[in-house]
Amino acid sequence: MSNIEAIRDKYLQQIGSAVDGDALEAIRLAALGKKGEISLLLKTLGQMTPEERQEQGPKINGTRQNVADALAARKEAMETAALDAKLATEKLDLTLPAPATPKGSIHPVSQVMDELAEIFADLGFSVATGPEIEDDWHNFTALNIPETHPARAMHDTFYFPQTDEGGMPKLLRTHTSPVQIRTMMDVAKQTDGAGEPIYLIAPGRTYRSDSDATHTPMFHQVEGLVIDKGIHMGHLKWTLETFIRAFFERDDIELRLRPSYFPFTEPSAEVDVGFSVEKGRRIIGGDPHGGVDGVGGGWMEILGSGMVHPNVIRNCGLDPDVWQGFAFGCGIDRLAMLKYGMDDLRAFFDGDLRWADHYGFDALDVPTLSGGVGA
Amino acid sequence: MKFSLSWLKAHLDTNASLTEITDKLTDIGLELEGVENPADALKPFRVAKVIEAGPHPNADKLQLLKVDDGSAEPWQVVCGAPNAKAGMIGVFGPPGTYIPGSDFTLKPAKIRDIESFGMMCSARELELGDDHDGIIELPASAASEVGASYADYARLDDPVLDISITPNRQDCMGVRGIARDLAAAGLGTLKPLDIATIARNGAGPDIAIDDPEGCPAFYGCTVSGVTNGASPAWMQARLKSAGQKPISALVDITNYITLDQGRPLHVYDVAKLKGGLVARKAHQGEKLMALNDKEYTLDDSMTVIADQAGAHGIGGIMGGAANGTDANTTDVLIECAYFDPAHIARTGQKLMLTSDARQRFERGVDPAFLNEGIEIATALVQALCSGNASEITRAGAAPTDQRVISYDPSQCASLGGLDVAPDRQKTILEALGFVVGDDWQVTVPTWRRDVAGWQDLVEEVIRIEGLDNIPSAPLPRKPGVAKPTASPEQLAERKARRAAAARGLNEVVNWSFISEKEALPFGGGSWSLANPISEDMKVMRPSMLPGLIAAAQRNAARGASSIRLFEVGRRYLETSEHPTIGLLLAGENRARSWQAGAATKFDAYDAKTEVLAILAAAGAPTDKLMDFAEAGDHYHPGQSGTLRLGPKKILAAYGVLHPSATKAMGLKGSAVAAEIFLDAIPLKKKSGHMRDAFAPPALQAVTRDFAFIVGADLPAGDLVRTVKGADKKLITDAQIFDLFEGPSVGEGKKSLAIEITLQPTDATLTEEDLKAVSDKVVASAAKLGAALRG
Repeated sequence: MSNIEAIRDKYLQQIGSAVDGDALEAIRLAALGKKGEISLLLKTLGQMTPEERQEQGPKINGTRQNVADALAARKEAMETAALDAKLATEKLDLTLPAPATPKGSIHPVSQVMDELAEIFADLGFSVATGPEIEDDWHNFTALNIPETHPARAMHDTFYFPQTDEGGMPKLLRTHTSPVQIRTMMDVAKQTDGAGEPIYLIAPGRTYRSDSDATHTPMFHQVEGLVIDKGIHMGHLKWTLETFIRAFFERDDIELRLRPSYFPFTEPSAEVDVGFSVEKGRRIIGGDPHGGVDGVGGGWMEILGSGMVHPNVIRNCGLDPDVWQGFAFGCGIDRLAMLKYGMDDLRAFFDGDLRWADHYGFDALDVPTLSGGVGA
Repeated sequence: MKFSLSWLKAHLDTNASLTEITDKLTDIGLELEGVENPADALKPFRVAKVIEAGPHPNADKLQLLKVDDGSAEPWQVVCGAPNAKAGMIGVFGPPGTYIPGSDFTLKPAKIRDIESFGMMCSARELELGDDHDGIIELPASAASEVGASYADYARLDDPVLDISITPNRQDCMGVRGIARDLAAAGLGTLKPLDIATIARNGAGPDIAIDDPEGCPAFYGCTVSGVTNGASPAWMQARLKSAGQKPISALVDITNYITLDQGRPLHVYDVAKLKGGLVARKAHQGEKLMALNDKEYTLDDSMTVIADQAGAHGIGGIMGGAANGTDANTTDVLIECAYFDPAHIARTGQKLMLTSDARQRFERGVDPAFLNEGIEIATALVQALCSGNASEITRAGAAPTDQRVISYDPSQCASLGGLDVAPDRQKTILEALGFVVGDDWQVTVPTWRRDVAGWQDLVEEVIRIEGLDNIPSAPLPRKPGVAKPTASPEQLAERKARRAAAARGLNEVVNWSFISEKEALPFGGGSWSLANPISEDMKVMRPSMLPGLIAAAQRNAARGASSIRLFEVGRRYLETSEHPTIGLLLAGENRARSWQAGAATKFDAYDAKTEVLAILAAAGAPTDKLMDFAEAGDHYHPGQSGTLRLGPKKILAAYGVLHPSATKAMGLKGSAVAAEIFLDAIPLKKKSGHMRDAFAPPALQAVTRDFAFIVGADLPAGDLVRTVKGADKKLITDAQIFDLFEGPSVGEGKKSLAIEITLQPTDATLTEEDLKAVSDKVVASAAKLGAALRG
């Protein structure tokens, strides 16, 4: 074994048994430092003959590389061991609770309003709004409910001492139908009475002086209005079927139209929706003919509708011989209750956080057509 | 409207079953509310004979009966009825029977130590009347029926239908009208109305009209020598099925014709009248005691029926208490008048008085049925009470002009969506009493005041044909791409709502009305209901906060420790309604934890954080907002503020609620709240999808820190704004990262540390550049009295 090889083996052996970084540094200095043993050997290459240099050069350089590599490898191993040792002391009990983020919620009424907007957007209906403090004209007279009409008594209207220009007391709208009037009048004005197609829904708060287990003095309604040419009751029926089936996300929902009376529609129809009973709860859809009411299935009233009365179209400044259409009105709170299974209307307006936690919706449960409008 | 099946069949010749009839009623728009058979509850009761009656050994007022109800052995019954006696026939409920009028089930029992099985029943116990003075005593002829079902014996097995009549169908406020509709719908034939010819003698009563607008027609006749007793069983049964109490033959006749024909009438005791009758306007302030024993003060828009002494009734609504018929009545005057619907409606609304007569007159009774009405009434009076009828006096004339509608049978399909053959349409209309001319000129029957246009004719045809037969027709789909159907305001509101929920707030829906007391700290409300449902729901809220405080209080009372609420709704101010988001944070912000220690409360900054996040979601330019004070008296004066766009446009108010505001509503502890005024947010007009061109700056931004000593009162925001403005080109941001107050910075002073961000655009900043900016920052700050901290 030559001298060079002996030097290499010595240092490799020292590196292998070094215990810490300081020892490694001392070895590095002794071997590869400015005056280190291998560095000095490298300097001797200059005084050698070319032949000697050719033979000794690779050997000495190879030794220098071997020792440097061994130093680096040993250093990295030591650092890894040190890090492992350090990490081992940093263990956390991850069964401890992480800091909580408060959980918010969307009220079912808002959720259902968003669902309705989505369903009807697909049919080309826009969303319209109007004031809740209304005047007699928009809430009653324009809707073909003159002052002496018996239907007024059915509306349990809230009145204010303030009066409108006509001297009639201002009131809280008893339905969302005044939005129909406002929209049609706007269209008549903008088109100089010529008119143009109207497809809208108008959700919002409505008020009646009525309070018991199933009625609250404030509630939510959605109005639908279509004014166009050649619209008939078949379109009304299709729209309602499409809406109700999309809303409850079932194809097997039957609707039953019953002749009824609203002063602002002619002909008028009340609409019942078929339900069946699953696990003791009434479910919209399924076979309503399965048995007597409440046992195997049946019908429940869900909305009122009809073809817009020609007087109403005329009152808004449009020509009823040109424009024809339908309107419907439906309780939003009731839709929410039927779809999501709440049974207490009053809880909608109580603000109970426990109720919100159970029946509320996540902020990101945005109803979309692609995701299904039912959250 | 309630009526018995047998009553309906008095007008309708039909083989249809009860179910067919009830289904058809709903199908044609006469919605069935319910069917009840009074016999159902009375099935167990039997006709029974008392075969023995003796004293009870232990009680003076009780008797011991042996009752035969057809069973093998007679029952021993202890009975307290004073009229119980041997040989009488009554109604017996055996043990186990449910007694509907007393709401209990009979069990064998010992009464004063004597065993008793079952019960002899009073009328009240069977809900057949009010009589409870004694047990029912059936005529001796019932002896042959002992053991039979009482319901069968008394012919109570007659279902009662309850249907709801929509306000347009006055013609169906009489059983005959309902029968006509059913006949038109194919459920049998309408029986002809037989009106007997009456022999009339003597002049009719003296009747005049002074108010032809309110009362266009007034017919009357007298019947003298009548005997006014109880009405016959058939009439009583029908009245009871309608929910009316039989009173006496004369009164029952008027009620019966009202219900049977939809024709209200009135009868007067001639002996109580002074002179002839006149339909005149009431005198202003005239008082009248009505049949319901209430006194009404009338005005001169109302029509009364009066004699020389004064008013005897509110025409078409209610008679007076003073001139009613009674057992002593011998001469009766029958009134059959036509009152104007609008007049009746207004009078009824003003007096807040409703009656069967008002309901019919205000909906418009058949103006061509006055003669028939008075003839039917006279015939019934004679039949039930005998007497001699006078001639009829006819004052005025009812408006019997018949409306003629030009109809095109194709309109049935174009409006109703149902193709019905013209012949079939004609048949339907004629069955309903319309006269269809060859040229489709359709004459409306006088009893259908509600039918005014061709649309009504379409409704008549399709409701009889069946709405279920209308085929669904898809709406036409508009060509072109779908455009957004929500307005920018709606989208902003939707985003704000979802942002609030995403931040941990729970949406509530509070009443729009609050109490006056709750509104007071918010300047009171501009809109106070004239007829509130309660004092708690009287004033349209001028602020979202009272409702939120109340909701927080309810949650706190239920033990909620951390309360985060928001509501999207409207505030109602004098001139308009303002969409607003209110939010309230109360209780613990962060619960106590192993990590962070004790629980923390909410402070004004928490409210500001929520406000800024929600404003940003709604699209407000939050980088341009300015801090102002003056959030309102309901906030803590030193811990509240407003965020504005310019000095006047307030987008939000927030802060710690004033302790007196929360305390007044019972909410303990402090709460922070905010209102975001959605309609104040300027909405960006969408102008296509393209954004401004942008490339990230190639050069790296650098930051520099400054610490300034400023006056303790200097708003930090002022310093930030000033520093930012020192070099508007280079300085892209300035953030306060430290606030220090203490002796080392001096009395009345504080230290604010700011990090500014510099974004070079053309070349890397040199030391000179940086020094120049620093000098500008320091110089600007100096204008606010700020000195660099040494």
